[in-house]
Amino acid sequence: MNIEDLHQIARMEQTQREGFQHRINVCVAAGCLSCGSGQLKEALEKEVSRRGLDNWCKVKGVGCLGLCTAGPLVSLETAGTYYQSVKISDVSDILEALGGKPVSRLVCPVDTAFFQRQVRIVSENCGRIDPERIEEYMAESGYEGLSLALSQMSPQEVIEEVSRSGLRGRGGAGFPTGLKWTAVSKAAGPTKFIVCNADEGDPGAFMDRSVLESDPHRVIEGMTVAGYATGASQGFIYVRAEYPLAVKRVRLALSQAEHMGVLGNNIFNTSFNFTIKVRLGAGAFVCGEETALIASIEGRMGRPRPRPPFPAEFGLWEHPTLINNVETFANIPPIIRKGGRWFAGIGTEKSKGTKVFALAGKIINTGLIEVPMGTPLRDIVYDIGGGIPQGKRLKAVQTGGPSGGCIPERFLDMPVDYESLAKVGSIMGSGGMIVMDETSCMVDVARFFMEFCKSESCGKCAPCRVGTRQIYDILSKITANQGSPEDLAMLEDLCDLMKSTSLCGLGQSSPNPVLTTLQYFREEYLSHIHDKNCLAGACKSLREAK
Amino acid sequence: MKNEGVHPESGGKESSKPVEDHRLRLVNRTMQLYRNESHALIETLHAVQESFGYLEEGVLKHVANTLKVPLSRVYAVATFYHSFTLKPPGEHTCVICLGTACYIGGSGAIIDAIHEEVGIASGETSPDGKVSLLVARCLGSCGLAPAGVFDGEVTGKLNSAHVLETIGRWRTHEY
Repeated sequence: MNIEDLHQIARMEQTQREGFQHRINVCVAAGCLSCGSGQLKEALEKEVSRRGLDNWCKVKGVGCLGLCTAGPLVSLETAGTYYQSVKISDVSDILEALGGKPVSRLVCPVDTAFFQRQVRIVSENCGRIDPERIEEYMAESGYEGLSLALSQMSPQEVIEEVSRSGLRGRGGAGFPTGLKWTAVSKAAGPTKFIVCNADEGDPGAFMDRSVLESDPHRVIEGMTVAGYATGASQGFIYVRAEYPLAVKRVRLALSQAEHMGVLGNNIFNTSFNFTIKVRLGAGAFVCGEETALIASIEGRMGRPRPRPPFPAEFGLWEHPTLINNVETFANIPPIIRKGGRWFAGIGTEKSKGTKVFALAGKIINTGLIEVPMGTPLRDIVYDIGGGIPQGKRLKAVQTGGPSGGCIPERFLDMPVDYESLAKVGSIMGSGGMIVMDETSCMVDVARFFMEFCKSESCGKCAPCRVGTRQIYDILSKITANQGSPEDLAMLEDLCDLMKSTSLCGLGQSSPNPVLTTLQYFREEYLSHIHDKNCLAGACKSLREAK
Repeated sequence: MKNEGVHPESGGKESSKPVEDHRLRLVNRTMQLYRNESHALIETLHAVQESFGYLEEGVLKHVANTLKVPLSRVYAVATFYHSFTLKPPGEHTCVICLGTACYIGGSGAIIDAIHEEVGIASGETSPDGKVSLLVARCLGSCGLAPAGVFDGEVTGKLNSAHVLETIGRWRTHEY
């Protein structure tokens, strides 16, 4: 494989695609699949064949189209029409209408803010290409970044380009990617590893799953570039076992990439070798922490260890290891292709590029969105998200999952970037964004997250093991109508203790949902304790006591 | 612990390989793929659970011997990770998602309803062995909240009545 071959494949693919007058794309990502898009695609294919339209109309499965709430989604690529909530009984109407007026009862408007306000970099191919065919990725300039890096850039120049882009880790903490790569490249030793963290354990986040399901080659390309830049020849993708479809598509993509010579030995006819293996997680949230993840790949219990030494020097099997999140790697190919300066032109001064969010909860347009860093929260909730259903009032937006905070309505105009979120006590996290309305009790929400952290705490350090339990017990007491006035001070003390003394990020950040709700929704806590009243009407025992 | 399917005397001894069981094929193949190296432990346990439905004691001993890992570590790993279970599952499995979006959407109430109606909590199997209830941390189907998995099939926009109806059908063989 060389660059001419790559262009040849891309051209052939494009010609073949343009040979079809009509192209019907059916979303076959997990969300739409669970509403029956798999059967829908089969029905469309069958009907196309039955009508003898095979040379004229192409039906293909594509990755996530974004608007999960309206699934199964179908897009007519040539006409630019989207159909929503499509059933098998709609198949013949859709085919009848090809080339004419679209089926009005199914049309999903695309001139809305949900589609128009998004800026797609990571998800540029999601919903457009068939994730199970490498040729389609290649037709969208896929693997061109890798080819460019290998043929025209030194490893140092690749790292400089990544540094110039200002890209920061998309796993949550926002560490500058260029710095991390530099550290691994400077680390001594002939054996180094690249690890892709796809252990998306944060409940309410499904961005990484969607990228792996919709465009797996992008992540593989990003990892391979990272291998070249840092001097590693072996990579691992650590992915949740709960994502069987993502695992299947990644495995398929890896074998296709090796077959094509863009992965394996002598990539693009150079002396660079790089292979990637898949490792399955086993349902432990703490394995998102990098030292725990390393332990898990080594086949041990996923328990973190103190840092330093950082994995960049002392990682997998004691070798220098680069660990980045799925979305971080997915940003690499366009950065190499278009240059770091292009990327740095998007976003805010300190947070560059875009961020993919999984928008869910009490919001009209649930689904996957990608917006430039710095987009005001209000625009995300009300323009892109379409606002709160049933005319209810927004209460809080939760970002960062169990490590993040609940942001009250009064901060809605703040820009969404790493610094602004930290200022209000939350974090960017991996990108879960849950909207809550007036029916959600904030004490109960805090209890929900603490229950999660309690059961996910690995038990290694006492502050986290005991602290999560104690905080959970107090919150349970309050929601069970047994709260006492001293509880709030005790909660604050415990949170402070956990934040400052826990071993890893899980323990240090798990008080965030409690602290932010205590700060912004204190009246709800007080009302539970003093008036025996749950303002949201969500806590059962307080309702019954009335 | 009950030992079903593999040789009851299999544990402890040098020749601890359970008698030929076709379900072991996938397990052995997984270990061979990793040249019986100890870091294959988690992958192997996934294979055991896929073949047997749960982590059976005799098979765990076999895995420990083959990978040359202390049985204590096999047990530690098996109990540390939530995906693994040491109890045989019921005939049918119902997984309810307790991710944030599903919780906000009312999945907690569904779990309560199952508990009231069937008398099982998360990780338990109904006394008739028909239904196991499991809780998922997030299925990633937040757009369909509240979501669940019924015998491997993801279903969204659940409500208590619908879930209880499915479970009821399972228990009375009407499916």
